[in-house]
Amino acid sequence: MSEVPPKGGFSFDLCKRNDMLIQKGLKAPSFLKTGTTIVGLIFKDGVILGADTRATEGPIVADKNCEKIHYMAPNIYCCGAGTAADTEAVTDMVSSQLRLHRYQTGRDSRVITALTLLKKHLFSYQGHVSAALVLGGVDITGPHLHTIYPHGSTDTLPFATMGSGSLAAMSVFEAKYKEGLTRDEGIKLVAEAICSGIFNDLGSGSNVDICVITKGNKEYLRNYMEPNPRTYVSSKGYSFTKKTEVLRTKITPLMERVEITEVGEAMEE
Amino acid sequence: MTFTIPIDNGDAVKNAEADSQRTLYPYVTGTSIVAIKYKDGVLMASDMGGSYGSTLRYKNIERVKAIGKHSLLGASGEISDFQEILRYLDELVLNDNMWDDGNSFGPKEVHNYLTRVMYNRRNKFNPLWNTLVLGGVKNGESYLGMVSMIGVSFEDNHVATGFGNHLARPILRDEWRADLSFEEGVKLLEKCMRVLLYRDRSAINKLQIAKITEEGVTVSQPYSLKTFWEFQAFHNPTAGAQGSW
Repeated sequence: MSEVPPKGGFSFDLCKRNDMLIQKGLKAPSFLKTGTTIVGLIFKDGVILGADTRATEGPIVADKNCEKIHYMAPNIYCCGAGTAADTEAVTDMVSSQLRLHRYQTGRDSRVITALTLLKKHLFSYQGHVSAALVLGGVDITGPHLHTIYPHGSTDTLPFATMGSGSLAAMSVFEAKYKEGLTRDEGIKLVAEAICSGIFNDLGSGSNVDICVITKGNKEYLRNYMEPNPRTYVSSKGYSFTKKTEVLRTKITPLMERVEITEVGEAMEE
Repeated sequence: MTFTIPIDNGDAVKNAEADSQRTLYPYVTGTSIVAIKYKDGVLMASDMGGSYGSTLRYKNIERVKAIGKHSLLGASGEISDFQEILRYLDELVLNDNMWDDGNSFGPKEVHNYLTRVMYNRRNKFNPLWNTLVLGGVKNGESYLGMVSMIGVSFEDNHVATGFGNHLARPILRDEWRADLSFEEGVKLLEKCMRVLLYRDRSAINKLQIAKITEEGVTVSQPYSLKTFWEFQAFHNPTAGAQGSW
């Protein structure tokens, strides 16, 4: 009996067993969602992407300062909403594929390449890979901005929002977007849209991340705005109650402190 | 006084036939209402559409009405339930006028009455499927409040129902001020209604803005908003991505 190798696509082998387990009363593990506000807009010289930094697990904030703007190529970045693992994995995977493609062709990556690779993957999983993406970049053909939905459909737009806070952010864009914005106007508008999501949507919060991509240059402004600082911080720091005499001070470093100077692209976790 | 003989089908929760007497889903619905307090009173905006599911059936429905001398009532949700509420309020105002004591219902009183009615119906599992916005001015004091179909009621400086919750509230929270003039107030409401027109599928481009001040109620004539569709990117969206859409 020769083994026929699997042809690819989704393997449904474990579905019957999963169903049986759920019937027997097993609670499926909950997953980390990035209830999110992500936006992108095209301005005069390129593309600006923005995102909030809150990752939720149901009603709990699991990560107060996560990174939702993912690196795809030196000239292409992608914001991700939906299940955090899915957005991370799918952007990582396509980023590797783009790098291999760059080595093979000897040219800079194009945004539509990333778009086609992402939508092919998402469509083949029929929406089970829950990743909603805002893909933006500047390549040899100009600036591009696309949205990609979990089922694999895409849109090409001058301004786009995704995630649970997309309505709040879209209301800011629809009211205030104009063509030919300058860099500062664009950053201000993106920050306003993300703040609108942060303050009006429960799934979004904490800080604003911004990424500005122009021809031949990109700026990743991590925590560009921090509109939710800790409300009460004791200015005195920690002090012992009553008068405690300090007899001896000994500091033991637990980890070797290494200074890293970032050269080139920011390190991805 | 009219007497109604109740049809006794039994308990609506247990008896399936009695279900025909409970509201289960809305049929003809109105979309959002957006309202703000401004310097001289209250401004309320609504479009004039009544949708039957996904069909735009009626395009001339006034969803904002004057109540007595001092209040404005706007409703989103089931239109027939809104008409029923207007009949209840008619009876209420009539009975109040019959006292002929120089006093008349202000917005606070009407809001309280509506809250009681909505909560009571919800407790009987037979709701009036509306979200109501009540605005008014009495003795120089402006009032703006909201009641939902489950009886949630509160007062605020700016309110929005339906889709307006998601699209208009962020704009109002950012840009509302206590000392808006009439023109500024109308501009702010039009900004919200324009975003709703772009992004709410059941909105139509025919709206009315109602104003209530100490002097009384004025409901504007229906008019339409200017929209902009000439973004370069809309002209040839797939110029950079041949074969995509």
